Amino acid sequence: MSTWMPWKIAQKEMKVLRRKKSVISYIIALPLILSVLFSLVVQNDIVSSSGLSPDYQLGLDSLTYFFVVFAAILPASIAAYSIVGEKIEKSLEPLLSTPTTDGEILLGKSIAAFLPPMLAIWAGASIYMAATDYLTYGLLSHLYFPNLTSGVMLFLLAPLAGIFSVELAVIVSSRVSDVRGANQAGGLLFIPFMAVFLSAVEGTIPFDAETLLIFSGIVLVADVALFFVSTSTFRREEILTKWK
Amino acid sequence: MTEKEEEARLDMIETENLTRKFGDLTAVDNLTLRVDEGEVFGFLGPNGAGKTTTVRMLCCLISKTSGSARVGEFDVGKEEDALKIRRIVGFVPDNVGLYDSLTAYENLDYYGTLYRRTDSQRKESNEYFLKMLGLWEKRDTMAGTFSKGMKQKLAIARALVHDPEVIFMDEPTANLDPEASKGVREFILELKREKKTIFLNTHNLDEAERVCDRIGIMNTKLMAVGTPEELERSVRGRRTEIQLRQVTDAILDSLKKLKLRNLVREGNKLTVDVVNPEEENPDMVSAIVGAGGRVESVTVAGSTLEDAYLKLVRDAP
Ligand SMILES: Nc1ncnc2c1ncn2[C@@H]1O[C@H](COP(=O)(O)OP(=O)(O)OP(=O)(O)O)[C@@H](O)[C@H]1O
Ligand SMILES: [Mg+2]
Repeated sequence: MSTWMPWKIAQKEMKVLRRKKSVISYIIALPLILSVLFSLVVQNDIVSSSGLSPDYQLGLDSLTYFFVVFAAILPASIAAYSIVGEKIEKSLEPLLSTPTTDGEILLGKSIAAFLPPMLAIWAGASIYMAATDYLTYGLLSHLYFPNLTSGVMLFLLAPLAGIFSVELAVIVSSRVSDVRGANQAGGLLFIPFMAVFLSAVEGTIPFDAETLLIFSGIVLVADVALFFVSTSTFRREEILTKWK
Repeated sequence: MTEKEEEARLDMIETENLTRKFGDLTAVDNLTLRVDEGEVFGFLGPNGAGKTTTVRMLCCLISKTSGSARVGEFDVGKEEDALKIRRIVGFVPDNVGLYDSLTAYENLDYYGTLYRRTDSQRKESNEYFLKMLGLWEKRDTMAGTFSKGMKQKLAIARALVHDPEVIFMDEPTANLDPEASKGVREFILELKREKKTIFLNTHNLDEAERVCDRIGIMNTKLMAVGTPEELERSVRGRRTEIQLRQVTDAILDSLKKLKLRNLVREGNKLTVDVVNPEEENPDMVSAIVGAGGRVESVTVAGSTLEDAYLKLVRDAP
């Protein structure tokens, strides 16, 4: 059994999450529904009796990209839920009176907010990619997935987006006292990620591994910057004297 | 004296000119205080007196602005001592702050984990406290469904899972009905028998008088500190009320010869400040009878902790 304190805190958070059916179904169900929906899109719009549609690559990669967009949105909801939830229950103060450090608590909550949606997203993406390969193999005579672009999206950009999402939720949670407010802020992350997507569809930027690597680099820088803001927001003194 | 004995003599909590400001507002002003090991110390004061702020500083939850404080052998405000202090204190906040969607057992167990207790230590203390509080049967019930009294007791138990040396309680019986308050008070008395050091914030005078060894009256500054009896005596002595059939000039003349303090006549009732009623009352009665008066009743009204409290809090500048 692990004695690493952030993991123990994360375990408790996830136990609470499991008991909130609405939260858990939202996290798990969304990526899974998406995977089924996208597989149907591939079947109906991209694959036809005459072959693959000419812009099939953009189509398939765009669908993969939507999993990244969810990685930017879902963790924020859970992080906000777990922090604002504690604010409402007033359970932060006794928690802070134990010999756990602010960093351990923040990390524990972040893990609990990051891990379940990320696993659900990876599971959903796997289903989508497997279904796509199944539907396109006959026409392409090679497996479309996995490829470099999807690898960058799912294993680099998505986790970085998830981290950004958690960090933003921590900062927003200190200012709002209901979960909805924090959720809305998480929803704001939709905008930059959709902007990249739309530029790609419009052809303004190429939608390839290189572009996605650059975008990942930008998100990484934002992650590092927000890390300092969120850890200074999540300090005992701040929480007890400044949080609303 | 050996080193060990010297250590045992240490006060559990000691503050000197401890001060906390929030912007321009001084919440705690030069608090100098000592709490002995094994003592139940009541910290009494009106709303906004700085009780919660004091306790938060002592538990290293918020920083102090100036002054110094020590809990156990550790310094409040010293970075490397904060964790050590939190390890030896138990804290019961004014809002219970339980996890509503965790069971009673899970609430205690989680805190055991946070205090880095082993599995077997946790199992033992969870069972011990839940049984002691009569909540064992409800151990698998979500804490959110508990009554306020049950929640409060669970919150106290949660602060005890690591067998702390000092327990800080912030108004543990506020918002409880008399029955539930009594339950909590009995729990505190039980801890007192176990020789725990308890720092009890309250604005319930009756409660402070019943459970505390010493009381500090706080109103941003510490106004007074002492045993409940000392505080009562500090306001003024006691007053004797004598009800007479008829007050005459002869009676008043003979009483004046006794050099009484603060003799007040209200109809046929006389009240006098007394220091030593056992001596002074018989003198007064015989003076009255000697002057031809008839005494219907003699009562001694002691000043109460409430008198002391109200005087100190109201007379504050
Ligand atoms: N975070 C804060 N920011 C600004 N002022 C604060 C803050 N916390 C407390 N205060 C102020 O400090 C003073 C003392 O507050 P405190 O909560 O310590 O009083 P208290 O004795 O616990 O009162 P109560 O009986 O109402 O719980 C009050 O005037 C309060 O408004
Ligand atoms: Mg208070």
